[in-house]
Amino acid sequence: MDEALRLDGNVAAGILSELFVPDLTAARATCAGCGATRPVGALLVYAHGMGTVVRCPDCDAVVLCLTRTATHVWLDPTGVTRIVMAAPAPPA
Amino acid sequence: MTAPFSRGFRGRPRSAAASGRLPPGQYETREFPVLSAGPTPRVALGAWDFTLRGPAGTTMRWTWDEFQALPHEPVTADIHCVTKWSKLGTVWEGVSLDTLLAESAVRGLAPAPYVLAGCDGGYTTNLPLADVTGGKAWVVVSYGGEPLAPEHGGPARLLVPHLYFWKSAKWIRRLHFQERDQPGFWESHGYHNYGDPWREQRYAGDE
Amino acid sequence: MTAAAATPRPAAQRVAWRTAVVADIVPETPRARTLVLDLPGWPGHRAGQHVDVRLTAEDGYQAQRSYSIASAPEEARLALTVERLDDGEVSPYLTDELRVGDRLELRGPIGGYFVWHVAIGGPLLLVGGGSGIAPLMAMLRHRATAPGTAPTGAQRHIPARLLYSSRSWDEVIYRDELARLVADDPALEVAVTLTREQPEWWTGFRRRIDRMMLAEVAWPPAERPHVFVCGPTLLVEAVATALVALGHDPARVKTERFGPTGGAA
Repeated sequence: MDEALRLDGNVAAGILSELFVPDLTAARATCAGCGATRPVGALLVYAHGMGTVVRCPDCDAVVLCLTRTATHVWLDPTGVTRIVMAAPAPPA
Repeated sequence: MTAPFSRGFRGRPRSAAASGRLPPGQYETREFPVLSAGPTPRVALGAWDFTLRGPAGTTMRWTWDEFQALPHEPVTADIHCVTKWSKLGTVWEGVSLDTLLAESAVRGLAPAPYVLAGCDGGYTTNLPLADVTGGKAWVVVSYGGEPLAPEHGGPARLLVPHLYFWKSAKWIRRLHFQERDQPGFWESHGYHNYGDPWREQRYAGDE
Repeated sequence: MTAAAATPRPAAQRVAWRTAVVADIVPETPRARTLVLDLPGWPGHRAGQHVDVRLTAEDGYQAQRSYSIASAPEEARLALTVERLDDGEVSPYLTDELRVGDRLELRGPIGGYFVWHVAIGGPLLLVGGGSGIAPLMAMLRHRATAPGTAPTGAQRHIPARLLYSSRSWDEVIYRDELARLVADDPALEVAVTLTREQPEWWTGFRRRIDRMMLAEVAWPPAERPHVFVCGPTLLVEAVATALVALGHDPARVKTERFGPTGGAA
């Protein structure tokens, strides 16, 4: 059953770490499809072998799509209107 | 810098290039993994239809019963996934694109040089017309003698085995013939626009 | 959260591939092993985070899987608990072939959403299935090592409950350690459900986790527990759905689905 293949936004953390230094899964993302806002870690990930497709649990729209080619990492952010991340702790 | 190798790790059994049937960089698998980019669409056969649309907007539509009444043929094909796994000798059954185009020509539908496949769930992929005619493409409804399961694209999927398997779009519902090429989903996310496994055209920019 | 209770976040660093050395391999159950790793320069982690492990065969073929870190941030060595999936590609290598002294390529720590540390507070409700217990164990080990702080300054363990689903008694990972933690700590309760076979002396739950079991084990929603659910996707979804149906705030129920097989294959 394919529902068993659903995973959480956590799964995207690895490939996101190749693009962003702070962890993005704790950041709050707003879905361009329906306006729902939740942490990236709370989105649904379908880990297709060809890419990491991050979807909105409310409307199923693709919020982020990440692919890795031989030479590049692609991030398609057209499904997200806003990402808000807490500022990192100041250096001690 | 190459990754350190892991002592004693072999990985899934794989044979490369042994039979000459494997394109470069591919390994053979006996499995048929389900690769999913979203929730599996589920459509009742009574609600399913399949549409061809020409560049001028002319359409030809079949309900499930009408589609099943078309001549079906068996297809045995090697399939090659861009994730490097190939499955040899897969057996399908469905309706050839040549048959579908012939049926719709009678209704005045003339195709155009490019095709955009549209599917339940929103997946799209693009192909040149020349790659779906002349016995190269089918809309298949059965795999291994059984009705095509939803997780493998059922009730019907496109089958275009001479290209990487992402072009064999699951949950196919329509083919639009267009004057201009329009990249589909994976083609817009870094993958090659054409996808010939024999020239190893995996990613955008590959020759 | 008061300023005194705030724990500074580890400084953000680019996550890079590193080579760990296997220092010890601890059998946990017939199918599960804990790999204890030496990793000089490890930047530290939060309980709940994971690492990506990458294996490379002699011909260059690579396979990569994610594993939750089972060790507390306070421990010197990193521990990963792996359960062997019989038709898996990576797990049988890690549980059966890997030896002390071997090198393992990994990157991390990864993931800042499914994390808990004492400054977040409690009560803490952990629900796990099979190898999903690993990140939850990191949380419990951290909780035991880092006493909770309260405005009065009194050291007191944060109330915590674990509900753990396993197929059989033999397959309960960290069985002895959980018993010790409970014996030492009145603020920790552990309930186990054995879903396939139970020893004749068993008086605990004997079925898949369901709404009724959660209603019995979980705090009432008014207590606003922080909830972490981890394990096979279907278990996680059933539990999360049931908790929300019982009235728990969905924003406080964090999930880590492991996929269809319940663990990295």
